[in-house]
Amino acid sequence: MTLDAPVVELRDVSRTFAAGDVSVPALADASLSVLRGEYVAVVGPSGSGKSTMLNVLGLLDRPTEGSYLFEGIDTSSLNEGQRAGLRSRRMGFVFQSFHVLAHRSVVENVLLSTIYSGMPRNDRVAAAKAALLRVGLGHRMDFLPTKLSGGERQRVAIARALVTRPAILLADEPTGNLDSATGAGVLELFDELRAEGLTLVVVTHDSEVSGHADRAIRLRDGRIEVAL
Amino acid sequence: MTDAVVSGNAEPVAPARMSPRDLVAEAIAGIFARPGRTVLTVLGTVLGIGALVATLGVAKTAGNQIVGRFDELAATSVLVTNEQGFFGGGGDVRVEIPVDAETRILRLNGVTAAGSMGPVDVGGALVRSVPIPDPLAQTEFQMSVYGASPGLLGAVRGELTTGRWFDSGHSERADRVAILGTGAAQRLNVTRVAQQPVVFIGDEAFVVIGILDSVRRQPELLNAVIVPEGTARDVYGYTSASTVQIDVEIGAASLIAEQAPIALSPDEPSLLRVQKPPEPADLRRDVESDINALFLVLGGVSLLVGAIGIANVTLVSVLERVGEIGLRRALGAARRHVAGQFLLESTAMGLVGGIIGASIGVLLVVAISAVRTWTPVLDPWVPLAAPLVGALTGLVAGLYPALRAAAMEPVEALRSG
Repeated sequence: MTLDAPVVELRDVSRTFAAGDVSVPALADASLSVLRGEYVAVVGPSGSGKSTMLNVLGLLDRPTEGSYLFEGIDTSSLNEGQRAGLRSRRMGFVFQSFHVLAHRSVVENVLLSTIYSGMPRNDRVAAAKAALLRVGLGHRMDFLPTKLSGGERQRVAIARALVTRPAILLADEPTGNLDSATGAGVLELFDELRAEGLTLVVVTHDSEVSGHADRAIRLRDGRIEVAL
Repeated sequence: MTDAVVSGNAEPVAPARMSPRDLVAEAIAGIFARPGRTVLTVLGTVLGIGALVATLGVAKTAGNQIVGRFDELAATSVLVTNEQGFFGGGGDVRVEIPVDAETRILRLNGVTAAGSMGPVDVGGALVRSVPIPDPLAQTEFQMSVYGASPGLLGAVRGELTTGRWFDSGHSERADRVAILGTGAAQRLNVTRVAQQPVVFIGDEAFVVIGILDSVRRQPELLNAVIVPEGTARDVYGYTSASTVQIDVEIGAASLIAEQAPIALSPDEPSLLRVQKPPEPADLRRDVESDINALFLVLGGVSLLVGAIGIANVTLVSVLERVGEIGLRRALGAARRHVAGQFLLESTAMGLVGGIIGASIGVLLVVAISAVRTWTPVLDPWVPLAAPLVGALTGLVAGLYPALRAAAMEPVEALRSG
């Protein structure tokens, strides 16, 4: 694994869904490589295959054709357990609807991702607190998410994604449920993280978001139309 | 370049791991996320296990209690008869009970009282108290007449209202004396014996020397005229008693039941029939199994209902937590981690229900015993096994929901959550 190898590399990847007798291609012959430290936005209208691409990148879905290399490892050779292992250690996810557990405190929500990553127990709380400080929620650690604003909840989710020090952060419409002011705050945070060397792939239909990225990939009907 | 990287990647990718301690912690957190619902879910198991424990305890307690009560009368009675049953065979083969049956039986160790008795054939003679015909009332009655030995009063635990029981002297001299059972005395209008009232059996006169008030065994004596066996032999050609009633010490019944026929008829003991009380152990088992059979079904049904409750709530909780399941999968939980967590949650709920249910069941047994002034009895394994049964119930109930949770595709789960 050389450092300058792409973090993710898609080679002619297709993902086809079978709906009855008809097969619907959600992603067709997509090739993409994201280098370490890059900030890539994936844009396109809804139904263009953005989420499918993100699911393939996040090892939540398998391509029907083509190969996907993550940090140089051909992921088609991995079993489910190994894919889950990669997700837990090397990837961070941020979702449009936050997916923050309402019955757990902020710090417990962040700790959730450490239990699957094999992080030593003694390091976990310190790492979670550091991640929360990093996203600016040091004063909210013991709050329940129900007491937080949308922007703060998304910051909890980002802290949860960062706590395991992943190789890549995959975000699916991270500002979709936020007003423009708090959304801008989240994008600012992404800029800072990128400046610290984190690799980011953000799926969005918000041109504001793609404006922050190093480059944007436009998808239409499952095909990469323009690599901006 | 990338090809070289792939082949250079020799070390295998480690699968996702979750320590058992984390699994337990997550399951506990899941249970306490909705405490109200958890309490209601657990309630089904509490009721089921509580009913089972209470049933087993009450059955055991009642079994012991009934045995204690039976000991007093039934367990001290042994009855030997020379009557043949339906399948006695050989027609009228009857062993005569010897004249000195009473003495023979009293020699046995463990016998507290013994007496022989048998119906006397008076040839259809009617019994009356006065020889004067009264046109307004019935004065003659058909009554059973029994021959009895002197020891019978003690053997049937009888009590006299007035007068006395006959002794061996009366029997040997064939004195014309009689005892009236309380029912017979009433019909014959005899209430006192001080003036030596006389009853007639046919034309034979008998002096009433006592009135039998009550007996604990052989209640037919209460409506009969009882005469000494010697007298019956002399007057009516009474040949043999039909029954020997033996009162034994507690615990001696089985032994005496074996020895008495041999003492009475050494050459043909098998022709005598012996009635002995059931062994206490058998009786206890019978009572327990009667109560158990009934209530264990009830307890089992409540446990089943509890299990369905857990299965139902766990399933609802799985469907409700679809988003959480998707999130956990995205965070690197393998299918087995998700299944394990839900299975552990349902098992823990079953276990807690089992512990609470067992406690309530034990308290119930104690409470019922206290009200009834019984001694509570409970097999020690019952309260120990009950929580395990509860946990097992939760485990079985959680299987299907846990598999449903594990089968979810993370992408779908994240979208619908």
